[in-house]
Amino acid sequence: MTEKLVIIGNGMAPGRMLEHLLEKAPGRYQVTIFNAEPRVNYDRIMLSPVLSGEKAYEEIIIHGDGWYIKHDITLYKGHKIIAIDRTAKTITSDHGVTEPYDKLVIATGSVPFIIPVPGHNLPGVLTYRDLDDVQAMMLAAQSRAKAVVIGGGLLGLEAAAGLNAQGMDVTVLHVMPTLMERQLDPAAGYLLQRAVEERGIKVITKANTQAITGNGKVERVELADGTVIPATLVVMAVGIRPNATIAKEAGLAVNRGIVVDAGMRSNDPDIYALGECAEVNGQVYGLVAPLYEMARVAASQLAGDAAAAFVHSDTPTKLKVTGIELFSLGDFADGDDRQEIVLRDASAGVYKRLVLKDDRIIGTVLYGETADGAWFNDLKKKQTDISEMRDTLIFGQSYQGGAPLDPMAAVAALPDDAEICGCNGVCKSKITGAIMAKGLTSLDDVRAHTKASASCGSCTGLVEKLMVLTIGDKYNPAAVQPMCGCTTLGHDEVRRLIKAKHLKTIPAVMQELEWQTSCGCAKCRPALNYYLVCDWPDGYADDYQSRFINERVHANIQKDGTYSVVPRMWGGVTNAAELRAIADVVDKFEIPMVKVTGGQRIDMLGIRKEDLPAVWADLGQAGFVSGHAYAKGLRTVKTCVGSDWCRFGTQDSTGLGIRIEKFMWGSWTPAKLKMAVSGCPRNCAEATCKDVGVICVDSGYEIHFAGAAGLDIKSTEVLGMVRTEDEALQHIVALTQMYREQGRYLERIYKWAKRIGIAEIKRQIMDDGEKRQTYYERFVFSQKFAQVDPWSERVSGKDKHEFRPMASVGFAQAAE
Amino acid sequence: MDEFNWIAIGSITDIPRRGARCVNTPEGKIAVFRTAEDQVFAMDDHCPHKGGPLSQGIVHGAAVTCPLHNWVISLETGKALGADEGAVRTIPVRVEGVHLFIALEALASRAA
Repeated sequence: MTEKLVIIGNGMAPGRMLEHLLEKAPGRYQVTIFNAEPRVNYDRIMLSPVLSGEKAYEEIIIHGDGWYIKHDITLYKGHKIIAIDRTAKTITSDHGVTEPYDKLVIATGSVPFIIPVPGHNLPGVLTYRDLDDVQAMMLAAQSRAKAVVIGGGLLGLEAAAGLNAQGMDVTVLHVMPTLMERQLDPAAGYLLQRAVEERGIKVITKANTQAITGNGKVERVELADGTVIPATLVVMAVGIRPNATIAKEAGLAVNRGIVVDAGMRSNDPDIYALGECAEVNGQVYGLVAPLYEMARVAASQLAGDAAAAFVHSDTPTKLKVTGIELFSLGDFADGDDRQEIVLRDASAGVYKRLVLKDDRIIGTVLYGETADGAWFNDLKKKQTDISEMRDTLIFGQSYQGGAPLDPMAAVAALPDDAEICGCNGVCKSKITGAIMAKGLTSLDDVRAHTKASASCGSCTGLVEKLMVLTIGDKYNPAAVQPMCGCTTLGHDEVRRLIKAKHLKTIPAVMQELEWQTSCGCAKCRPALNYYLVCDWPDGYADDYQSRFINERVHANIQKDGTYSVVPRMWGGVTNAAELRAIADVVDKFEIPMVKVTGGQRIDMLGIRKEDLPAVWADLGQAGFVSGHAYAKGLRTVKTCVGSDWCRFGTQDSTGLGIRIEKFMWGSWTPAKLKMAVSGCPRNCAEATCKDVGVICVDSGYEIHFAGAAGLDIKSTEVLGMVRTEDEALQHIVALTQMYREQGRYLERIYKWAKRIGIAEIKRQIMDDGEKRQTYYERFVFSQKFAQVDPWSERVSGKDKHEFRPMASVGFAQAAE
Repeated sequence: MDEFNWIAIGSITDIPRRGARCVNTPEGKIAVFRTAEDQVFAMDDHCPHKGGPLSQGIVHGAAVTCPLHNWVISLETGKALGADEGAVRTIPVRVEGVHLFIALEALASRAA
């Protein structure tokens, strides 16, 4: 008979335990989970990238709803357990659900520590623990005001970096003299502080918070030395403590955490505890690797393996702030019986320190350059005697044994039991073994089978190198999807070769790159045509026969073979004369449908192809040009009425929208490009789901990009904040040009951004002024050839053949 | 002798390479295609899938991709290529120098 297993808590540790249990003893238990959070199991380690905007919540889900259904697990979301009755063997939730258990697992995690200063309960004081906290912070960040993060440890710094990336003015208060003093020695702490400050985050060390004050909400933070820091948001990230309340109330042994033996069993033999709430051998844990170890042990025990036991091991610490490389492991306090080896390169921002005892590594701090972390970890774990290589030890593995090894050889040289993935405790041989045994050829496969690089992802490079070492060419890291059946080359490769080989026509591309068909197909030809238009604006003759019909005839084909026409209305602004002209055209050509579009334009639908040039001629008389509603190119810039009319408007959003549209119309892009400018954060132009959007604020213009509101729904990423309209235009143009040059044909900007990385785009457009300028100039150059109104060209007779039948035959008069 | 009644529709130069033009007939629109190698094909301008105008598609090799839902139709047989199934009526074409002629069944029978 199946036993009833009830789990309190649905974090990463019980999630992992269930995976092991389903593998070891499928069908043995009927599983019910109560989760106080109203959601599924997600990767908490990745909350910082969510806060900084580098990832979306959907990307960090570990078990989606389908997983629970598939494994027949009942998940109560948003149910907090209020009582455990150990005699009746039941638990009860705050919603009144009572569930009997045979075995109970408590995995209630931890609660953030709140410093009990006056004002700690004011609205605007948050902690940093779960997705609700992150969402609250992101909401608060929209005001772009000032934030104070109390705590300069791992969590505090990640929160500060995230809030900074969200556009807030952030100050970190840390009570100790240097940051992350539990993981870093003072020298590395200093380098870290400098790197944090370079990002525009203020750091105050030895800061003793006295009070948080404000009238009904947070307004300032006061320090013991009298310093007052204005703030509308305070994040407390000073530490966590095990959440053992419910266990204590049930009479279980609780010390710092719920006391369990090495088999994760509490003093009630039917109740287990694991994760951050558990205390084993007098220690509580907060990093994922030991928690996953607990999960493995608990699953084995539940599956009937009484010998499974938890073994303590030191876990390396890494900071997940993009651009800051930091690694810390073990014990690095000074001591008479210890020696140290230190390497400093201040200008390169590199600091490495090894702490040795009896010729063995007992602690490591790496800053700025952390590639050797895995190797040092391995030496420490195995207690390797390093006296032989002491002279070169600090330079890392590549310098051992003569000539420097290349990175690939360094990975090859790692012993089989070297730990590759710290989060999931996966060693080298487990990965290579799985690749061979299961014939894995993609990174996703390896993640699925071994869990390596599936949590924080920082070992992805190592895992990829292992794949190459194990299966050679069969692993293609880029996993290149060919453009189409006509070639084996992917889009990126083709784009690179077009530039490198100076290929300037479609036949030249097909000849040189050995196309396998005579003249391509409907997939590759439009792509090649775009790449050539983009890369050689002055030297390539646009091949209309390689464009989709819409772009060939500058109108949108409809299901019945008629067309729709959308004239450009700059920024969505029109007037009586334009509307009158449209009305006249509609009457004259008996256009059956007129509709206002989502992009603030007027669409005339149901026009016969033969009538198109005449329709355009009439529209042209009124000053209209093509609205490019059919183009993989700049479509519309939607605006609100801005400071001219709106009582909330902070800038001339209409004017900026018109200016952007007049500057950028006619440009071709990999996929359609829709923009919007909102005059204040109320965002009436809906700029935060556009390909590119601007939110005007008092102090300037916040540029957004990579939103989506179609097949996918995704809010934008913030590119950055600029002060003037000129700067806004320059940044948007440069961003668009970067996308034009790198995007794959039909790849919307949000997909491109995901592939390239938001941080990299910010670096090139926001931080690198020179790069931005060259992108901008290339766009401007290309516009010289692109800004020709296609409608007036066709009114003047271009491509006449497109709009007329070749002949009419067989009719009575024709037959005569 | 030809059993068809050939009807002149114009010159091959009226059609762009890798393109198509339409001919209006009492039987509906006929699409006339010209490939990169100057082969000429004609068929009903009506995709077997949802009736899309094939003449508006992209011509590649001896095939055209329908502009509505990307079915690929063989210009030689009128049959859908790949996984799709369906066929469109092809029309005989004759090329004499640059002059193009098509033959229509109904027209042929009427002339007979």
